[in-house]
Amino acid sequence: MADLRIDLAGIKSPNPFWLASAPPTNSGYQVQRAFEAGWGGAVWKTLGDPILNVSSRFAAVSFNGQRVAGFNNIELITDRPLEVNLQEIYETKKRFPHHAIIASLMVEPKQEKWHEIVKRVEDVGVDGLELNFGCPHGMAERGMGSASGQVPELVEKQTYWVKEAAKTPVIVKLTPNITDITATAEAATRGGADAVSMINTINSLAGVDLDTWNTVPHVAGKGAHGGYCGPAVKPIALNMVAECARNPLINVPISGIGGISNWQDAAEFILMGATGVQVCTAAMHHGFSIVEDMIDGLNNYLDDKGIASVMDLVGRSVSRYSNWGDLDLNYKIVAEINNDVCINCNKCHIACEDTSHQCIDLYSEDGRPMLKVREEDCVGCNLCSIVCPVDGAITMVERKSSIPPMTWNERQTLISSLSK
Amino acid sequence: MAPKQENAMSQQLTRNFLELTSSMTKNEAIEESNRCLYCYDAPCIKACPTSIQIPNFIKKIASGNMKGSATTILEANPIGASCARVCPTEELCEGACVLNSSTKPIKIGELQRYATDWAMATNAQLFKQGQNNGQKVAIIGAGPAGLSAARELSRFGYQVTIYEAESKAGGLGSYGIVSFRLPNEVVDWEIEQIEKLGVEIKTNTTVGVDISAEEILEQYDSVILAVGMGAVPNLGIEGEDLDGVHDAIEFVRKTKMGPLTKDIVGKRVAVIGAGNTAIDGATCAVRLGADNVQILYRRTQKEMTAYKFEYEFAKQDGVEFKWLTAPKKIIGNESGEVVGIECTKMKLGEAGADGRQRPEEIEGSNFIIEVEAVIKAIGQTRFVSLIEAFGLQHTNGVVDIDEATMQTSNDKVFACGDVVFGNGQGEAMVVTAVQQGKDAAYKIHERLRKPSEIA
Repeated sequence: MADLRIDLAGIKSPNPFWLASAPPTNSGYQVQRAFEAGWGGAVWKTLGDPILNVSSRFAAVSFNGQRVAGFNNIELITDRPLEVNLQEIYETKKRFPHHAIIASLMVEPKQEKWHEIVKRVEDVGVDGLELNFGCPHGMAERGMGSASGQVPELVEKQTYWVKEAAKTPVIVKLTPNITDITATAEAATRGGADAVSMINTINSLAGVDLDTWNTVPHVAGKGAHGGYCGPAVKPIALNMVAECARNPLINVPISGIGGISNWQDAAEFILMGATGVQVCTAAMHHGFSIVEDMIDGLNNYLDDKGIASVMDLVGRSVSRYSNWGDLDLNYKIVAEINNDVCINCNKCHIACEDTSHQCIDLYSEDGRPMLKVREEDCVGCNLCSIVCPVDGAITMVERKSSIPPMTWNERQTLISSLSK
Repeated sequence: MAPKQENAMSQQLTRNFLELTSSMTKNEAIEESNRCLYCYDAPCIKACPTSIQIPNFIKKIASGNMKGSATTILEANPIGASCARVCPTEELCEGACVLNSSTKPIKIGELQRYATDWAMATNAQLFKQGQNNGQKVAIIGAGPAGLSAARELSRFGYQVTIYEAESKAGGLGSYGIVSFRLPNEVVDWEIEQIEKLGVEIKTNTTVGVDISAEEILEQYDSVILAVGMGAVPNLGIEGEDLDGVHDAIEFVRKTKMGPLTKDIVGKRVAVIGAGNTAIDGATCAVRLGADNVQILYRRTQKEMTAYKFEYEFAKQDGVEFKWLTAPKKIIGNESGEVVGIECTKMKLGEAGADGRQRPEEIEGSNFIIEVEAVIKAIGQTRFVSLIEAFGLQHTNGVVDIDEATMQTSNDKVFACGDVVFGNGQGEAMVVTAVQQGKDAAYKIHERLRKPSEIA
């Protein structure tokens, strides 16, 4: 049994699975149900000045019949009075003293506003604060959320104001709606953040109704951009986590968020530098009980790998994430087809023929259809193995190169030294 | 029987003949269609005698393009709604599905039904009659082959007239396939689609009686013979004229027309033969309320020509199979009604000319099975006199054709469907007949079209 406890910038929780600040953490009732189900922590739905929400808030994207491949929302921060939320946080913390409760906060970019709310939430016993600089809709129009999160100076300044008042660890939640997330992550670090979390949702429009021509979702015939999340955004989030993790100027822990649906996703984020993860869409799709497999699966994975504590897994893949210019130009892999496993759907052939390098031949041997890779033309792109529906039918295998490794950067250096 | 009981009985029998399987729900269809791998050079297409672009029609279901899906199916197969229900899919498309080797094959037949049901429900007009090219084609027989040929010829612009001896078009679909597999509405819809393309179907018109073969040959630029096959031949044993002896084709046919008979209720029935028609006869007898139904076959399960799924279906219906059992005599009572069938046990001997082991009688093994009805299902007779009226060469009633051109010994006359099946010229399935109908139409078009139309 591996130790799943984490310590993220001083915030301790029994496992790395937190519910992200979102509809699932709207109330004490929900958060307590989540803790009963096994979640290690919860970031309370963002507190701030009271707002009004609209009716019709969510939409999802299905892919080939698979529901909720991506999820989109136009809901704002909490629409419940601050006093009610604070009371429920207090009660929940009392009932679950060892679980992490983090208050997500969003107020106008004014020093006194931040000081006031920090004091009020810390008074009810939260374990940490998360500054919502990421919400892309509704609040941004009022100068909050991603409107401040897209400007590094505002991130730095507001983080600083919070740190002036805060006694608990401060996590800064970043928006992905920016060219380079490391710019705002660095700013948060400069402002004194104890940790960063990412990603918030990505600007999105889920769809257009082909009959009514309304947006999806729509509010009385009108729509507005929302925030996109769910499994579809995982690769975007993972890259942002990895970019921050390998940046020496961002030397604070990371809480990973974005499309995490199971323990495998979580393990990937942890390997890429996240100390813990936050989940929302998967819980909204399936309920709180999904955490059971997350905990169980991660535990079994760690046991299989002989790793005693999940904290020992954090960041183990970061050093493997690099720049294109540092990749070995002389490394060679090719596709190999196992005709005994192949079911002859020919998807590899047509994918290669139409859209890649035309190196998979169809032929027949004793009347049996066969496929073969012409290795000399194969560039090792992986496409065939990606479209292949059967495990083990196509393997990408290494071919020893006769030339020593050389990266683009090394090559450029060599060329310039020769031309001198 | 009291009127009330009789009414309940009628309702029960009617229910017994309702279509067995229901159409997929939208959710099922979406889920299943998304499972399709969309193979390149897909084996299912090659396994379909009509070469339906199966991955395409399935993809279109997944994308919500139902009109496109139905069109893709019916373009290749004018009887695609019937075939969705009656094709032995595990021998054809589904049997060829690559997923047989990894998970489980796509339910192609059910998806095809889902798409064609959509076309029926919306009554979409998917095809158009071609511009009249001034040429006339007569088709003898409005079964799957004839209807298929008519649809294609009409799209090319020919004026098509079908001569049909029965009161209704559809052939096997209307009269031969049990309604719990293929309800009349499906066939009726398919006929209607073809009529909408300007095809004239003269029903109750027997060629050779109401119009002569010579008249047809004179009046039309080309003729297609698609008359199928006739009644079940005689067994050649004593007692065949007794009351209670049925021809399987006729027996099934009656279940598709008018009120269902109550004559079989509570009776013991013997079916002679073990082909697909025998299964139809047996399962219809079960559904007509028979107490016990036995299939008697002089060979063994191995030689049986019924499809495996038909055999399984009959067993599930409670039909008993008596292998190596040959009828010798049907026994009647003084009122001329069947009371039993005398049989003899058989054994398999040397292989015959067709490669199958010949059954041989075991001396002194005679025994009697008590039954009140006997259904004969030992093949079908050929319309030899009609074939000869057209002056066509034939082999044992199977019209000789040049397979490359579909032409008979009279180059103006083409033939397709059951009338050319047998003697090694393909396997008799509705879907093969449909393809032959298409082929005959294309060959006629090649022969008759004006040089200007040749690209």
